[in-house]
Formats: sequence, structure tokens, C-alpha cells
Amino acid sequence: MSLEVILFFIFAIVAASTAVIMITRSNPVIAALFLVLNFASLAGLYLTLNAQFIAVVQVIVYAGAIMVLFLFVLMLLRPENEKRFLEINPKIKIFALFIAFIVFVQLVYLIFVANPSKSISKDLSKSIEAGTIESIGRELFTNYVVPFEAAGFLLLAATIGALVLAKKKFD
Amino acid sequence: MNITIEYYLILSAFMFFVGVAGVLTRRNAIIVFMSIELMLNSANLTLVAFSSFQGNSIGQLFVFFVMTVAAAEAAVGLAIIIAIFRNKLTVNIDEINILKW
Repeated sequence: MSLEVILFFIFAIVAASTAVIMITRSNPVIAALFLVLNFASLAGLYLTLNAQFIAVVQVIVYAGAIMVLFLFVLMLLRPENEKRFLEINPKIKIFALFIAFIVFVQLVYLIFVANPSKSISKDLSKSIEAGTIESIGRELFTNYVVPFEAAGFLLLAATIGALVLAKKKFD
Repeated sequence: MNITIEYYLILSAFMFFVGVAGVLTRRNAIIVFMSIELMLNSANLTLVAFSSFQGNSIGQLFVFFVMTVAAAEAAVGLAIIIAIFRNKLTVNIDEINILKW
């Protein structure tokens, strides 16, 4: 087996198992830490896909900034541990799992019907070229400059909104 | 053995499934939020996989925008959760039913 295959399976198994562990822990802090591990393994998967810029941004923004925000809110609120999975409304929860599983089956069915690898074959040099900061930045500041500015405006609005919402009193 | 795009897509579908299951079954509002982040990330994985396999950087550009929106959404959502906690002293979404009649 080549290194690419081994790395893919290591990162994929870590990503899938930490996702499952994340939604099954009753302590939210442990769930948040497993989500950090999940994001880190996703960054590894992005590297196997030659997406260097996105891998770095994934670690800095998701595993760094957003999860620190979550952990800060957990520290402020200190929510109590949840009850065990089937203690309240077991029928509704099993039905919800069934619905989610139907979504999964539909997605897998679609993937196999569409059979994307028939028409898409990887061209390594083009793939490496697409993942560099240079090519992403060129697109970002030429064809997609309006969405880029809109994203900046959205972040400003979100900052002000978060400040107003979390302020002590609305007077 | 060669890693084709289906491997990434199935991993992404599985992570989306786990995220949906988390949103539907968990009762802690913060864990529901973390499951939403998981679903956003599975969509990002699909975008990056297609972008890399086609040698086109637009998909990774969209991942950048998705991350921006996810950061904004996390900031505003957690502020809303803090505001609700200040009034109701709970983050259990079964007990937050002020919009229900």
C-alpha cells in the first residue's frame, strides 16, 4: 500500500470515530475536545488532497478560534451532564436516528449511482496547483472580490450582533 | 489500490449522518451547535475533494467562505445561548419552549 492510502485510512478512521464519540459523550467539554481532534484529522485529510491553504485555515480557524469560543462558553455556563441516551423519550430518539440513517443511505446511494470517479480522474500537478495560496488568492481578489467583501461585512455584523446579544441588559 | 473520490464522499456522508443524528438526539444546545459544525465540515470535505480531484481552486474558495459563515454563526449562536441561559438558567432545549403555545 502506498503512503497516500495509509494516511487516508488513518485520518478517515480518526475523523469518523471522533465524530461518533463526540455526539455520544454526556460531558460537553469532552465532546468539544473530541471535536477538536476531528477537525485536526480533517486538516490531515485536506493535506492528502493537496489543499495546503485550507488545511492551515482549518487548524487555525476551526480547531483554534471556533473551538476556543465553544470552550469559553462552556466555562461560563457550566452545563450539567445530560441524562443517558434513552432515558427520556426513547421512541422519539430511535425514530430520529432512523431518519438520520435514511439520510445517510440516500447519500451513499447517490454517490454510487452518480459514480463520480468515472468522469473525474486526479491530475496530480493540477491538483497541487489548485491548492496553493497563490491560485486561491488570485481567484479571491479578482473574480470573487465582491463575495469576499460581503464576508468581511458579515463578520462585522456578527461581531456587533454577538456583543449586543451577550450584553447584560437591553436598555 | 487507489484512493478515488468515492472514499472521501462516503466519509463525508458518514460525518453528515453523525451530525444529523447529533442534532436530532442531543438535548444540550451547545452540543447541538457542535453537531452543526460537524455537518458544515463534512460539506467542506466534499467541496475540497471535488476541487482537488478536478484541479480547480474555486471549491477551496467556497470552503473559505463556509468557514467565514461558520465563524459568524458560532459567535451569534453562542451569544444567543448565553442570553437564554441568563433568563432560564438552562441550556437544555427541551426546557426552552417560550415560542411554543
